[in-house]
Amino acid sequence: MLYRRGFAALTLVFGLLGGLSPVGAADAVKEWKQVLDTARGQTVYWNAWGGDSRINAYIDWAGEQVEERFGISLVHVKLTDTAEAVARVLAEKSAGRTEGGAVDLIWINGENFAAMKRNGLLFGPWLGRLPNHALTDPVNNPDLGLDFGVPVDGLEMPWARARLVFYRDTAILPEPPATSDALLAWAQENRGRFTYPLPPSFLGTTFLKQILIERVADKSSLYKPVSESDFAAVSQPLWDYLDLLHPALWRQARSFPKNAGGMRRLMSDGEIDIAFAFSQSEASAGIDSGELPETVRNYVFDEGTIGNVSFVAIPFNAAHSDAAMVLANFLLSPEAQMRKQDPAHWGSATVLSLGQLKKEEADAIRGLDLGPAALPADKLGAMLAEPHPSWTEALEAEWVRRYGVR
Amino acid sequence: MRPNGCGGTEYGDTFTAGADCMLRVAPYLVAAILTGPVLAGSLGALIPSFGFLPSLGHDEFGLDAWRALLDWPGIGGSVLLSFASGILTAGVSLLLALLFLAVFFETRAFVWLRQAIAPMLAVPHAAAAFALAFLIAPSGFLARLLSPWATGWQRPPDLLIVQDEWGLSLMAGLVMKEVPFLLLMALASLAQIHAGERMRLARSIGYGRISAWFKSVVPALYPLLRLPVYAVIAYSSANIDVALILGPVSPPPLAVQVLRWSNDPDLDFRMIASAGAILQFAVTAGAIALWILAERCVGLLTRGWLVSGRRRTGDTGLAALGQGLFPTLILASILGIAALGLNAFARVWRFPDALPGRWTLAHWQSVAETAGGPVVATLWIALLTTLLSLVLVVCVLENERQRDVRSGRILEFLIYVPLLVPQIGFIFGLVLLAELAETPPGGGLVAAGHIIFVLPYVYLSLSEAYRRQDPAWTKIARTLGQSAAGAFWKVRLPMLLTPLLTAFAVGAAISIGQYLVTRLLGAGRVETVTTEAIALAAGGDRRLIGAWALTQAILPVAGFALALAAPRLIWRNRRGMLGGVR
Repeated sequence: MLYRRGFAALTLVFGLLGGLSPVGAADAVKEWKQVLDTARGQTVYWNAWGGDSRINAYIDWAGEQVEERFGISLVHVKLTDTAEAVARVLAEKSAGRTEGGAVDLIWINGENFAAMKRNGLLFGPWLGRLPNHALTDPVNNPDLGLDFGVPVDGLEMPWARARLVFYRDTAILPEPPATSDALLAWAQENRGRFTYPLPPSFLGTTFLKQILIERVADKSSLYKPVSESDFAAVSQPLWDYLDLLHPALWRQARSFPKNAGGMRRLMSDGEIDIAFAFSQSEASAGIDSGELPETVRNYVFDEGTIGNVSFVAIPFNAAHSDAAMVLANFLLSPEAQMRKQDPAHWGSATVLSLGQLKKEEADAIRGLDLGPAALPADKLGAMLAEPHPSWTEALEAEWVRRYGVR
Repeated sequence: MRPNGCGGTEYGDTFTAGADCMLRVAPYLVAAILTGPVLAGSLGALIPSFGFLPSLGHDEFGLDAWRALLDWPGIGGSVLLSFASGILTAGVSLLLALLFLAVFFETRAFVWLRQAIAPMLAVPHAAAAFALAFLIAPSGFLARLLSPWATGWQRPPDLLIVQDEWGLSLMAGLVMKEVPFLLLMALASLAQIHAGERMRLARSIGYGRISAWFKSVVPALYPLLRLPVYAVIAYSSANIDVALILGPVSPPPLAVQVLRWSNDPDLDFRMIASAGAILQFAVTAGAIALWILAERCVGLLTRGWLVSGRRRTGDTGLAALGQGLFPTLILASILGIAALGLNAFARVWRFPDALPGRWTLAHWQSVAETAGGPVVATLWIALLTTLLSLVLVVCVLENERQRDVRSGRILEFLIYVPLLVPQIGFIFGLVLLAELAETPPGGGLVAAGHIIFVLPYVYLSLSEAYRRQDPAWTKIARTLGQSAAGAFWKVRLPMLLTPLLTAFAVGAAISIGQYLVTRLLGAGRVETVTTEAIALAAGGDRRLIGAWALTQAILPVAGFALALAAPRLIWRNRRGMLGGVR
């Protein structure tokens, strides 16, 4: 059922694209059948961050489903850092292993993707071969075709949308500071009650970008490679800001939490009053598990917050690329995406275009309770796009130069 | 008949030719296992550090990586931190271990001390570090116990205690784990140097307990502790797991910085990481060199004091210090583990409540759901590697006994190679080699990697007891009609049951605690309780970390408990067998 509908949509897209499409719809069906046949009996080694037991449980569930439906076993290789998988593929390439590699699928985005693409470490393009790809309505959602501004080119499949959201305990802080200026003023009045994760952690660097986007004079330069602009001049407002903010931070910025989990723990321990995460569900999950007080609520900055998409990619030498594609296609199914968005299981926003789904599926996803801390979709404010990935490296290097030394 | 081409022995009647051949080969095999991978892996770091990494399109040698390394902001701080934590941890740990022995040697509490060592050693480094971090943090267990009634804190104070920039909490965490290690090593050597007699003699001519210990026992004991102390320096200057939890974040210790470089999405950083790994070798070697220099100085400076004839030097104060510090150390360990345990059952635990406000079994349910596979993998890898290591070590020791020669100094030194060379330096090179050899990543490769680290510890914990066994037992058995093999299997090995089992427990604990090797050689496919615990640690939920850290600690502690209990069960009618070898 599921896949038949997927094909219908796919046919539609190919129809729209007309002569641009290299393969006809019938060929696509036949080709996908072949992928399914080859995949049966294979084991997919999926390298994905393993720091959240709920995400791990979701991946286990996906493993059970593909085992049952497609005869594919899934092994979740739990990473502490996505770059570990990149390093693995690199080591294999160094050793001349061009097939039979140890990594079949990677949960990835941003600079990891940019680095793999640049170094020719990716398999594909394969995205167009997935029947469920059409459900993302790629024509009307061009943002899914860019990963931090780098063209995806069919080398990875969009999997989840993420938005930077702040959270605080409403019992302590009913009116939180919602601009970078207000945050600075609040931090200076409440010394030691705010911090951000250590760059170059993903979330720490995101905070730098969030502040920079708000304070930079000409935003457009952030969306071009950093080499095309005067980095020192463009980024100066950020450093001026941090110079003022740091003395007022938790531990006077002499130490930083490691990542989102570290921040949540500081909230839980009552050490800080404002934290942030890359997901609406972080705070809700914390409330559900008892880690955070029940009065914690999300909020966003007035000018909007950074959002991005994360993907799954297949390395160039993956031993089981067919099974990886079948798994990826399943992950993109309405069923899997809905479970992913359900905060009871995970709470990560779908990449599907609800208009492409059956009405009851779209309604079911719309009707999901997003959890106690979540903002309704219309209160989530504007989404700020991620700067070009070259800015990430430049900002991190400059941050280390300025604040990494004593 | 010499089917394997090995020479016969001087005692033609000792073992069969096959067994004899195995004994002869064992020392070379051990030497190869200990040094081969380390050397090869180091080469795998050295070459890229000079800019040669063809897969990334770098095929010309150059010094760019080294320049980038030396220009890295904060590199000086990282180096200094690693250097200092190597030297200071070793110094403090050694002094504490010697002081505790001085205070408690052959007292009633000495039995306690012996028994406290095993569980303290068994708790994996990462679990111990988590425990300490939660114990001493401003919002930690101690602060919660004392707040608000004693401190007045309604909210945690903004104090930098854990991950302080001087690395003090890091060193404290390391000392807590290294003191038991040095105690174990010292205990193994006490009989060999006749410490009891030395003490009695010195005491009988009027030396105070502490002075007697430091003047009559320590000069003989220290040479035997030298290599273990170097291993402590190496570990403390280059470890990853404790430094990630307790070490300063900016700049971090060098090994952590190397790990960050190797995890950088910009793949060109791999070459800086390689140069950093080589720099780590240099830092560790430099710390050991400085220590050796300090040894000489201390030797010169204390010579006068040793022979001065002064019967007491601050004996009372030092004794009080030792009597106070040892229980503090034990108490801190117990409190830390208790705090982990409380976290593992906590649903809601807000500052400044001394105990969780609401309890739950959810974390354990989550562990129970996922721990099955990792526990099985952990156990088979630990059992297999330890068993193999034990067989090899027994072969080496038996060979040495049959030929009546102590293994050369070279082998004794080689044993320490994997403990002296920083892991971060050669593991990455090792992965590259495994790839070149087309060995598929998986359990087998991981087990092979574990042997490199398990073997030395099995050797260190078994060799003394093995050498001290009275050779007369063989003779008696032979006169009673046993063959050489019979004497070995039926008489000597059973008598060594306790030390064999202890060595087994030590080896298994080392295997269970391995993170980096398991992770990299297994390509992440081999999940053990340690990799699982550290993966979840990234998520920051301390309650779940508590449950996993305890799971991770339970296995080795159970191993030690079994090693202690089994001989008592097996020899319940043969009390002499328990006392035969300590």
